[in-house]
Amino acid sequence: MSQDVRAEIRQFITGRFPQLTLDDDQDIFALGFVNSLFAMELVMFVEQRLGVRVPNDELRRENFSSVTAIAALVERVGTGTEATAG
Amino acid sequence: MTTTDTREPAPPAPPDPTRVREFVDTEIRPRVEEYDEDERVPDDLLRRVTELGLWAPFLPEEHGGTGTDMVTLARLHEEVGRGCSSLRSLLTVHGMVSWSVWRWGDQDQRDRLLPGLAAGRPLAAFCLTGPEGGSDTSVAATSAEPDGGGWVLTGHKKWITGGQLAGLFLVFARTGKAMTAFLVPADAPGVTVRPLSGILGTRASMLADIRFDQVRLGPDAVLGPPGWAAATVMTSALDLGRLSVASGSVGIIGAALEACAEVTATRPSGDGVLADRQLVRRMLSDMITNRRAARLLCAEAGRLRDTDDPGVVTASWVAKYFAATAAARAASDAVQIHGALGCGPRSPVARLYRDAKVMEIIEGSTELQQTAIADHAHREVTP
Repeated sequence: MSQDVRAEIRQFITGRFPQLTLDDDQDIFALGFVNSLFAMELVMFVEQRLGVRVPNDELRRENFSSVTAIAALVERVGTGTEATAG
Repeated sequence: MTTTDTREPAPPAPPDPTRVREFVDTEIRPRVEEYDEDERVPDDLLRRVTELGLWAPFLPEEHGGTGTDMVTLARLHEEVGRGCSSLRSLLTVHGMVSWSVWRWGDQDQRDRLLPGLAAGRPLAAFCLTGPEGGSDTSVAATSAEPDGGGWVLTGHKKWITGGQLAGLFLVFARTGKAMTAFLVPADAPGVTVRPLSGILGTRASMLADIRFDQVRLGPDAVLGPPGWAAATVMTSALDLGRLSVASGSVGIIGAALEACAEVTATRPSGDGVLADRQLVRRMLSDMITNRRAARLLCAEAGRLRDTDDPGVVTASWVAKYFAATAAARAASDAVQIHGALGCGPRSPVARLYRDAKVMEIIEGSTELQQTAIADHAHREVTP
C-alpha cells in the first residue's frame, strides 16, 4: 500500500509541476515554487485520498513537505480508515 | 380520539434563489441607491437576510444552517449581487468566517459559535488586509506573541468589510515566521474600530479600520493549525470568497444587462432606438454571453467545492478572474449606453461601475490571477 500511496502523491505533485524531478525525501517547500494555494490543494488531496479530515494537530508544514512525509501522514491518519477516494 | 404524530419535523429548506430574487427586486432595488449614498445597509434589510436564512446557509443543520450546497450558494449570491454588491460583500465575509469555524474549528468552537453565526448574531468580519499589505499577505502588519497559555495580539487591519457591524473578527497574524488565525471578539479590550467612508465602490459595506493594541486572547482563540493558517484557514476561506465574489459579479452583469435592455429598447436614436445600433448590440451580446459563461464557471467551482475536489482552488480563481473582469466591462458599457443618464449621483449603472471595479481588486486582484492561473497550463493540456 505504501508504494501505491507514494506513487499517487508523486503523480499529484508532478502533475502540477511537470518540470520537477522529484526525490521522495526532497522538501518541496524548499524548491521555491510551492505557494499556499498548492499547499491547500495538497491538504485536500490527502483528505480526499483518505476520506477523512486531517486533524488540526497534524496540519503542519513538515507533514506536507515531501512525498515521504505525506505518505507517513496518510498512514498515520488513515489507520483503520478505508480510503474512499483517490 | 387523538393521534400523536411521531414523525421527525422536516429539516429546514435551503434558501430558494427564486424567492431571494423576489426579495432583491421588491425590497433592495427600490432603495439601494439611497442607502448606498448613506454608506450603510439598513438594519431592517439585515434582519430580512436573517429571516431568509442567507448568512451561512451551507452550515449543517446541527449547527443552525440548512446544508445548502455551494452551487446553490453561488446562485443566491448572484441574486443578492444583482441587487446590491455591498450586501453581497457582507454575506461573503460572514460566510468566509462561518465556514472557517465549521471547517477548522474544534468541537467547542463549533458548538459555541456556529448557531449564532448561522443567524447572523453576531456578524463576522475577515481581517486579513493590512494598511500596507494589499494582496501581498506576507507583510501583514499584525503579530501575536505567546503569553502564558494564550496570546497577545497587536496590529492594524484596514478596509475590513463589515468591520463596523461585526461582533467577531477572524484575524490573521504573524506568529514568528508563520501565520496563525485568531477569533477575536469585537468588544475585547484593546480593539478599536474606526469606520471608513468615501470608498469608491461597495460603499454600504461598512468598511472599517481596526487596531489591536495588546489584545489578550485565550488559547481557544486560535482557529485551525497554529503556524500554518496561510495554507489552510486563509486559503480555504479566500477560496470561498472568490466563489462568492465571482457569483456577485455575475449578478452585476445581470443588473447591467437589465438596465441596458430597458433603456436601449425605448431611447430614441436616429430613426429608431438605441437597440438598433450595431455597436450597442455588440455590448448587449457580450453581456449576455459573459453572464452565461461566468455563471457556468461559478457552478463548476461550486460543484468541485461540494465534492472537496482539490481542483476547486484553480476553478475558483478562474471563475473570479473571468466574472470580475466581465462585470467591469459590462458596467463600463452600461454607463456608456446610458450616457449622461448613467453619470448621475444615484444612477444604478454608475453604482454598478464603481462596485465592479472593486470586484477586480478584492479576493486576489485581476493581476494576481493573470499571473497565477498560467501555472496550470500543463495540467490543462494533460489528458
